[in-house]
Amino acid sequence: MAIHIIDRRLNPGGKSLENRQRFLRRAKSLVQGAVKKTSQDRDIKDVLEGGEVTIPLDGMHEPRFRREGGTRDMVLPGNKKFTEGDYLQRSGQGSAKNSGPGEGDSEDAFRFVLSRDEFVDLFLDDLELPDLAKRRIAQTESEGIQRAGYTTSGSPANISVSRTVQLALARRIALRRPRKSEIEELEAEIAACTDEDLRAELVEKLEMLKAKSKRIPFIDPLDIRYRRFETVPRPVAQAVMFCLMDVSGSMSEHMKDLAKRFYMLLYVFLKRRYKHVEIVFIRHTDRAEEVDEQTFFYGPASGGTLVSSALQAMYEIVRERFNPSDWNIYAAQASDGDNSYSDGELTGMLLTDKILPVCQFFAYIEVGESGGSAFDLSDSSLWTLYERLRNSGAPLSMRKVSERSEIFPVFHDLFQRRETAQEKAAP
Amino acid sequence: MTERLFEGADWDFHTLQRITDACEELAKNDLGLDVYPNQIEVITAEQMLDAYSSVGMPLFYKHWSFGKHFAFHEASYRKGLMGLAYEIVINSSPCISYLMEENTATMQTLVIAHAAFGHNHFFKNNYLFKQWTDADGILDYLDFAKNYVATCEERYGRVEVERTLDAAHALMSHGIYRYPGKKKLDLRAEEKRAGRRRQHEEEVFNDLWRTVPKGAAKSRSALSIERRRKLLGLPQENLLYFLEKSAPRLAPWQRELLRIVRHIAQYFYPQSQTKVMNEGTATYVHYRILSKLHEQGRISDGNFLEFLQSHTNVVFQPEFDDPRFSGFNPYALGFAMMQDIERIVTRPEDEDREWFPDIAGRNDVMGVLRDVWANYRDESFIGQFLSPKLMRHFRMFHLHDDPEERAGIRVDAIHDERGFRRVRRELARQHDVGFIDANIEVVDVDLSGDRRLILHHHVIKGSQLNETDAKRVLQHLADLWTYDVSLIEVDANDKVLREYVVSPRPIPAAA
Repeated sequence: MAIHIIDRRLNPGGKSLENRQRFLRRAKSLVQGAVKKTSQDRDIKDVLEGGEVTIPLDGMHEPRFRREGGTRDMVLPGNKKFTEGDYLQRSGQGSAKNSGPGEGDSEDAFRFVLSRDEFVDLFLDDLELPDLAKRRIAQTESEGIQRAGYTTSGSPANISVSRTVQLALARRIALRRPRKSEIEELEAEIAACTDEDLRAELVEKLEMLKAKSKRIPFIDPLDIRYRRFETVPRPVAQAVMFCLMDVSGSMSEHMKDLAKRFYMLLYVFLKRRYKHVEIVFIRHTDRAEEVDEQTFFYGPASGGTLVSSALQAMYEIVRERFNPSDWNIYAAQASDGDNSYSDGELTGMLLTDKILPVCQFFAYIEVGESGGSAFDLSDSSLWTLYERLRNSGAPLSMRKVSERSEIFPVFHDLFQRRETAQEKAAP
Repeated sequence: MTERLFEGADWDFHTLQRITDACEELAKNDLGLDVYPNQIEVITAEQMLDAYSSVGMPLFYKHWSFGKHFAFHEASYRKGLMGLAYEIVINSSPCISYLMEENTATMQTLVIAHAAFGHNHFFKNNYLFKQWTDADGILDYLDFAKNYVATCEERYGRVEVERTLDAAHALMSHGIYRYPGKKKLDLRAEEKRAGRRRQHEEEVFNDLWRTVPKGAAKSRSALSIERRRKLLGLPQENLLYFLEKSAPRLAPWQRELLRIVRHIAQYFYPQSQTKVMNEGTATYVHYRILSKLHEQGRISDGNFLEFLQSHTNVVFQPEFDDPRFSGFNPYALGFAMMQDIERIVTRPEDEDREWFPDIAGRNDVMGVLRDVWANYRDESFIGQFLSPKLMRHFRMFHLHDDPEERAGIRVDAIHDERGFRRVRRELARQHDVGFIDANIEVVDVDLSGDRRLILHHHVIKGSQLNETDAKRVLQHLADLWTYDVSLIEVDANDKVLREYVVSPRPIPAAA
């Protein structure tokens, strides 16, 4: 009997990938909820990493008719001291151990690992990221290499064999170089030929063909072609994101949470477009400082409010570390809108003269307390200032947010294409 | 001295071939096994996980629940909570065994002997498998099922198909025939039978019978109920079959899907009834083959010790108060019983002669075992062959837990002269699938009224259905039936304990 031994290890993996996708699709709302929940506890930079999520098993339950309760009989191994007619306490091990662990049935939550891509897809799924700023990204460029046809000179490593052979073939045909089979045929004819005269004629012809085939080489240096490369401008694949936030006493936890969410989205979004994204956190009261993320969101600070200080700090950091020709610069400012009255002019000047010219994008988010509609209140001092600037033509994006649920729409709105965004920018 | 099959832990495909040949020779000549042709496939851990999620089958239709199982297994495997099986074997012809690539040469030998010869012989010869499964056709059938489901998804939409499959899966454990039905006669046979019957009537015709007074005529309604039940084939325990044939508003493709799920459930039915025997057989076979290979010097002492270590792990039975205890280990119980039978056949004691007069001292170990493997299932096997010696060895005892009983859980019987038979009967019962699964039947359909489907659950020992699950399953059932469904739980005295009524959910689009 023949026994087949088959090596299946090389078979394409991921056989159950489709089942997995179906499962994720099925559990989409649950997983999405879990992803959102997980991402709340994460730092901005970790938001993109995949990871374990827990969903309630209930939603994915596969029901079966199961019996429970009633009188139970069981036979167990390992009797040590019982004799017939003994009674065991009910809380004792005998009964507790018997309920066999069903596979997952008894668990109320279901944990599994999402890959990075799955995680981001689910996270951004209900966002419908607009096809943003590609036009703007192209403004700053670097050099890249791209194939550009063939050339007759180059380094041996770049020889294009197929093109060379192709040209050689064309040349051989054009010059009627005798084929090997032709010569062989003739030789066979000579061997079979009995007539002396004809034979001499054929031999002469053979000599001629051989000489010709020697004269016309199989591959001539003329045929050789090299692959040619050209340098082309490439969009810069790195970006820096400035997070500016007012941390003066008037900013509540809720406002900071709104700001954090917005920054998080912006980060995730930039991460998808650029290979390398840096984040700079600048917080300010009446003076500004660059801080780490932890301090930015949770570090206590108090004082007055001078927005210009943050803009000044940002400008200095840009000048020191992020050359605008190498970096795509994005900035998002979050504030409750308070600014000291005397600071208005300086802020406006810094923004229009120094910040906006180097930025790809500058967004201002005015966060408000939950419950109060932002539109009922009279405009804050900062809002008034920025609105005036925008009306005079500065490329500013600004929105008011007071509820968590508004973050996604506002984000979406902000990242529409520039032309349309400009038009509907006015609140 | 014979040449070694392999040295150390490494193996290649030639080694596998040599191992398989050696095992085959012993399996056929020494043990007299009769197996399907073997196909051995080497797979990776990921592929093993794949196989886990589709109940071990190499190809299966697509469904989200398999993805869920995969995610579940993968998560626990990654965390190290769960090891993977060394092999998976499929009841098909050729019999496919999957071996993990990580196994050492010794483990591969164990696994080949275990799966490719032990399980394989059992699949081919056990009466349940012969009766219920078609080893030659299963792979083709699965292929058909996969393509059919895919085509349906294309034609009727993924959501629709998923809904039907979900419902079918929920009823899967009640989509099985527990007893082989009578064979359908073909037309010729039927004609012949009708002829014979007529002839018989003519032969025994006696006009006097006409004058004998009949009993009271049955009322019209009783007759119509009886007739209706007969037409619908009621009572019917195979819920999926009943729906497939009688649900009023299913599309033909939906019926076919139910049929596929039903066939697959039926295919796995023998496996759940023969766990102890199946594993016992395979373990016994690998033990015999490996020991023999070692005896012949074809496996080194070191490798044999490695084998013994994994073998011992496999047949380990924790005691009831051990934290690792989770019921009887089918490998341990099965292997112990097979070895015990070997002992009874070759070296019986007086007790064995009294308990097993048929086999004690017959001296033909393999003859007896092959007969046992062919003709029993777990319940009958334990009920017949669990010996007092083994009950003493495992120190088995029987607990009776009646919630009404205040004093606690009663020890009903232990491994002594008075208790042997009761312990054995109870253990056999624990392995009786008919006893473990809820006994649910379709009993009637209210055809003249609102077409309500009426099911009965015959409650045994007061153990009723889990309420949330029952409601969900009934919801699925109602969706397929498309009219109300009621499930009545009745005890042995026909007393109604509980009644569920579920209405179908509206179908979103007119299907």
